Amino acid sequence: MRYRPIFMEHVVIIGNGISGVTAARHIRKQSNCRISIISSETEHFFSRTALMYLYMGHMKFEHTKPYEDFFWKKNKLDLIHAHVSKLDPAAKLVHFQNGGSLGYDKLILAVGSKPNKFGWPGQDLQGVQGLYSYQDLQSLEQYAPNNRLCKRAVIVGGGLIGIELAEMLSTRDIPVTFLVREPSFWGNVLPASDSALLNKHIASHHIDLRLSSNLKEILSDGAGKVRGVIIHETGEEIPCNFVGLTAGVSPNIDFLKDSGIALGKGILVNRYLETNVQDIYAIGDCAEQKEPIGLRRAVEAVWYTGRMMGETVAQTICGKRTAYRPGNWFNSAKFFDIEYQTYGWVFSGKNKNDMEQHFHWEHEDGTKCITVAYQKDSRIFLGINTFGIRLRHEVVDRWLNEQQTVDFVITNLMKANFDPEWYRKFEISIQSTFQKSTKQLIS
Amino acid sequence: MSTASKDMTLTGQPPASLNRSQKYATGIAIFGLAILLLATFNISFPHKGFWLSTSLISLVLGVILFSKGAYRNTSEGIKNDGVWFKSISNRGFWAWVTGLSLTGFYTILYFYPQYLGLRKGTENTGLIALFDPLSKLLSGNSASQWFVYGTLYTVAILAFGIKFIWKYRHNRYEKIRTISVLFFQTAFAFLIPEFMARLNSDHFQLPYYDLKSVWPLNYYLFQEYHVSTFVSAGTIGVVLLVFGILSILVITPILTYKFGKRWYCSWVCGCGALAETVGDPFRQLSDKRMVAWKVERWVVHSVLVFVVVMTTAVVATYLENNSTKYWLTKDVFLIMVGSFLTLLLIAIWVFRRKELKKDARYGAVGYLVIILFLLAIHYFSGTTLFLFKAETLRTTYGFLIGSIFSGVIGTGFYPIFGSRVWCRFGCPMAAILGLQQRLLSKFRITTNGGQCISCGNCSTYCEMGIDVRAYAQKGENIVRASCVGCGICSAVCPRGVLKLENGPLDKRIDSKEILLGNDVDLMRYLNNQ
Repeated sequence: MRYRPIFMEHVVIIGNGISGVTAARHIRKQSNCRISIISSETEHFFSRTALMYLYMGHMKFEHTKPYEDFFWKKNKLDLIHAHVSKLDPAAKLVHFQNGGSLGYDKLILAVGSKPNKFGWPGQDLQGVQGLYSYQDLQSLEQYAPNNRLCKRAVIVGGGLIGIELAEMLSTRDIPVTFLVREPSFWGNVLPASDSALLNKHIASHHIDLRLSSNLKEILSDGAGKVRGVIIHETGEEIPCNFVGLTAGVSPNIDFLKDSGIALGKGILVNRYLETNVQDIYAIGDCAEQKEPIGLRRAVEAVWYTGRMMGETVAQTICGKRTAYRPGNWFNSAKFFDIEYQTYGWVFSGKNKNDMEQHFHWEHEDGTKCITVAYQKDSRIFLGINTFGIRLRHEVVDRWLNEQQTVDFVITNLMKANFDPEWYRKFEISIQSTFQKSTKQLIS
Repeated sequence: MSTASKDMTLTGQPPASLNRSQKYATGIAIFGLAILLLATFNISFPHKGFWLSTSLISLVLGVILFSKGAYRNTSEGIKNDGVWFKSISNRGFWAWVTGLSLTGFYTILYFYPQYLGLRKGTENTGLIALFDPLSKLLSGNSASQWFVYGTLYTVAILAFGIKFIWKYRHNRYEKIRTISVLFFQTAFAFLIPEFMARLNSDHFQLPYYDLKSVWPLNYYLFQEYHVSTFVSAGTIGVVLLVFGILSILVITPILTYKFGKRWYCSWVCGCGALAETVGDPFRQLSDKRMVAWKVERWVVHSVLVFVVVMTTAVVATYLENNSTKYWLTKDVFLIMVGSFLTLLLIAIWVFRRKELKKDARYGAVGYLVIILFLLAIHYFSGTTLFLFKAETLRTTYGFLIGSIFSGVIGTGFYPIFGSRVWCRFGCPMAAILGLQQRLLSKFRITTNGGQCISCGNCSTYCEMGIDVRAYAQKGENIVRASCVGCGICSAVCPRGVLKLENGPLDKRIDSKEILLGNDVDLMRYLNNQ
């Protein structure tokens, strides 16, 4: 028996995603306090990023659970499968939708996001949805189970979830029309040449990619179901049985409106992830930083940042007040067959300032490329995007901390390679392209 | 929303799992299989050589055309769409049909070879007779049930090896590894022993010896009749016998130190070759639960102890029966074995005790006590060998482990338990290599900083049932005794998190509380660096 004090602090966590669960695990490692995790989505924690693999038949739901079901009891983490409808910070209570309430000493809000809807006509029809939650996946199964019931799907919004949804639907042979607002896929984030490589790859997977296209209206079949969409630019009507809304996500904070917690786009927190209300913290997708951290956005709906906030807030809860200070930015994704990794900052043409210079290398097969960003005068390395080539996080992170130059990075690129053994190496080709481009600049 | 469905089943409705060319391909393969079945039911084919070739070619062609139908029009990349929707790969109807057929085949093969047409003294009939022309071509002898099995085994590995290469054509590690297992199976396991048999004559006899099949996987290597034939074959025989001993005592430890057990299990071994090719569609069926891991460790190491005791007993009996021939007497041999095992365990205890979990310590000490106790009984009593007769031990091992475990269950139940059940729970060779891989090897699967998203593809597709994700999401390298280094976890990872590597021993196992990417001070504070 572990020592348990008579008065045990009760930490309540709303949300059993990566942020909430990471916080719970780290609190448990350092404390014997009572911990409750509330979620209405699923009984047990699962990996949201793996939802696509369920629809594609790569995995079953049980495979997406990072911890076996015995884990929670063994670590004395109480799971409550219920929906929180209201907070009462004055009484330190959370109220459940189906009645009942739960008291807390400290409360962590890790309530995640919901898909954006921009007021399009017809956006609440049946067969129109985002892809975020387990329930979204169930509804996708209902409206797009196969290409007999779903003759065509339209996806609105060219980001990471949009392209995942396109890949998912294409594995069931459902034709997909993909509406992207920018002139190139994910063009507000990626440099033009990286984005161009993806445009080609998307098309090679038989996706009807419509660039510079906005949604005007979603049409109803008269019985409350979607029957098509109209494109804003051309007025073209595209018949479809399913519409995926993947134009980003925003914090899921509607239930907090009258709680007294300060809200912006998300739940406003200081560097210690504390809200304006004593003993209430917010982490993950739903948290909005009051003061920006480096070049990061105030709201970051990314798996890794959620996890890092969970790691950090646990220290504060356990008595070691710790500021959230994420290190170098990193992220990754997979676009159909092409893996993507990014470290540091590589901005798109639209977002980058004049001092940021890019070096781009591309393989002739059109499935591999890299873009290195560096400062024009000092030549200090700012960040790197790779497509189809894996990099070693530790090495690139160290180079960023050491403020190495772009020349150093390209010369030592082999040390950062993380591709499987025996894979073909492209560093020599990259280095010779780099030397040529440097000479051109000098001459 | 407390009404959320608690039923986690999703009704995946994938496109038809077989396209037209795959249906034709299945038909061709069934035709090839039908010839073998008809032969089994004693339909006598007039031109046996022709019909055997037709059958084998149809089988290979069927599999190749099937793969073509599956992968030709697809882009290079991971091909796991619909794996859990298909009956064959999700323990459905076809999985059970296949499993029961294979189990039936193994039962007949091991215990009732007469139904396949094996005849002693007279001409073979049935299926085995169909294989006579090929056997005579290779070794000059009539076929046996083992020749039939060996041929079908090799043909299956070749055909499904081509399918595997097609499926993973974007991955050079998988391609080269598969070519390696195809080579070792065809050359070492199939052709060379047949050619060696050609050298035999009335006054010169070599035992059947697959050079890459190392003791204890090759548990009959040191049996009396085997050793006698080696010795009577003169210099060549002794060289082969010495090679067999060096294989396990010298070659294996060196290679495992440098490359991990994968050099054997997924690059050379015949059982591994079948699991990685024919078994590939079933790799996701392995049991990943913690309890399976616990069972695995006790079972596989018990088999290892069993084979050590059994072999020691067999060799001791041999030495006793031939006490005048060799300088090595039974007593000296037993003392050598006892000292070797004791020294080995003391070395592990001194240098690696901290890495052993509590139950591993109990197990190690317990097993050593049992082995030494058995050796002592024998040493002092002199007449009975251990508690049982050596021959009883040998036949029991051969029946339980050699036939039932590795064949009937290990391979027959591929579609139910996954492809590496034998390798994981039963193979004593894997147990030895695994102990070394865990304690003294440069091999590990490196986790890439903080990039893991806990999606679970790696764990799902691990044929050894390792919960790879549990390590990756902690930023910890994967150093597990059972890992055979097939490389599929790294291939299916959508975020480039895993890499199989041989590197320095220092910091090979590096558990982290806080992953790379967060506050540097916090990482240092909590990771005790």
